[in-house]
Amino acid sequence: MDNNLVYALLAAIGLSFATGPLGSLIVWRRMAYFGDATSHAAILGVALSIGFGLPIFLGILGVALVMAFAVTNLNNRGHSIDSTLGVLAYFALSLGLVAISLTDQPGVELHDFLFGDVMAVTAQDLLIIWGGAISILAGLIWRWVPLLISTLNADLAVASGINPKREQLVLTLALAVVVAVSIKVVGALLIGAMLLIPAAAARGLSRTPEGMAALAIVIGVIASFGGLFSAVTWDTPAGPGIVVAAAILFFLGGLSKR
Amino acid sequence: MSLISAKGVSLTYGAQHVLRDVDFEIRAGEIVTVIGPNGSGKSTLMRALLGVKAPQSGEITRKPGLRIGYVPQRLAIETAMPLTVARFLSLPVKHTANAIKTMLERVGAQGVETRQLASVSGGQFQRVVLARALLGNPEILILDEPTQGLDQPGIAGFYGLIEDIRRDIGCAVLMVSHDLHVVMSASDRVICLNGHICCEGTPTVVSAAPEYHALFGHGTRGTMALYQHEHGEQCDHNHAHEGIENHGQ
Repeated sequence: MDNNLVYALLAAIGLSFATGPLGSLIVWRRMAYFGDATSHAAILGVALSIGFGLPIFLGILGVALVMAFAVTNLNNRGHSIDSTLGVLAYFALSLGLVAISLTDQPGVELHDFLFGDVMAVTAQDLLIIWGGAISILAGLIWRWVPLLISTLNADLAVASGINPKREQLVLTLALAVVVAVSIKVVGALLIGAMLLIPAAAARGLSRTPEGMAALAIVIGVIASFGGLFSAVTWDTPAGPGIVVAAAILFFLGGLSKR
Repeated sequence: MSLISAKGVSLTYGAQHVLRDVDFEIRAGEIVTVIGPNGSGKSTLMRALLGVKAPQSGEITRKPGLRIGYVPQRLAIETAMPLTVARFLSLPVKHTANAIKTMLERVGAQGVETRQLASVSGGQFQRVVLARALLGNPEILILDEPTQGLDQPGIAGFYGLIEDIRRDIGCAVLMVSHDLHVVMSASDRVICLNGHICCEGTPTVVSAAPEYHALFGHGTRGTMALYQHEHGEQCDHNHAHEGIENHGQ
């Protein structure tokens, strides 16, 4: 195996360790839209990074943080926010695309930011991806039980002396970090898929929340192998290939339940 | 000593006053029932006392470190989360398999440990939620219309269980209910709520109070009306009768 493929595999596997448990929480809390809004904002982060000469990772992290807190705040106000979230998501995406075109930088491959370019992952990228994934995993494990009870019922959490709003902060931070580290692997448009699909595939096959989160990691890892195998064998794009493989596992899981 | 007390609590949702100038207190070991028509602010009062909802004005004091066992009105179980009964009972505090088994037997829901919470039937579900509340060794149980959706024997059985448990562990019980007759006889004190406290006292006092009849009609007169009040006015929003005949401990 050549180095690129090993790096690509390691990147996708690292990401799976974060997206499995985080995606499970997002599925339980019906927050799929939050993932989309935050990840679409990544493109704006790319534009700002290029414009101000910052590392791409930092620009995306900054914008994703702002977006993640904005959508969380909107949600806490308690109105129906579906349409507002949708507006924010597409606004951030389109503003990012417009801004990138204005930076007038030759050689900016928009395609790579939208769909990922995992075959071009460098050792430094790997450090960022694994560093981010391990931080997310550690944060979620640390707050796991309070997050579970807050997710199940906010009032029950309060009665047990847990502050659901504070627990949500961990989730918001984790969402921003996962967007920042996964842009290189699956791109801004497919981060939401990496959060949703492995968790959804694990749902029908699990009996406990922990089981579902762990199985979502396993499914993410298998999908990484599948997508990258397809990439080297048939020269397909790696990010979308990983998502396709995860979706196939989702359908297979659904069939096995029949 | 008082476990939870409220002084002059007012709470609004938007422009609507849900609670106005409510005083409340519950002491160790007491059974207090809050009754009131739909939309009278019963659940809001419970959530304010729990600390979920902050009042606009007034003050709510909980005994520091108070262990609360809470059974909410409806626990919409998210089917997206796989969750066995045993795992649910260990949220957020872990309990041994033995403690869980014993507690499920105690509440009459034995043998459901490995079932998915979402697949447990309505009556057993409430018992499971009660078991979770009791595993925390509560000083006070707060039950918000815990028998919604149960049939008549189910309701009687559930309140019988609550009385047994209170006798065993001596915790205070604060509950909201529609099931007036069943609940009132077991209560030390009944609070009649309609945005504010209309009347308050022992079950016999409240069931005879004109404010109570104004709210619930006269169907119960004769069964519990042991003595009458001379107050002729209806329960309105001028607080004419707040706190009358308060025989609570």
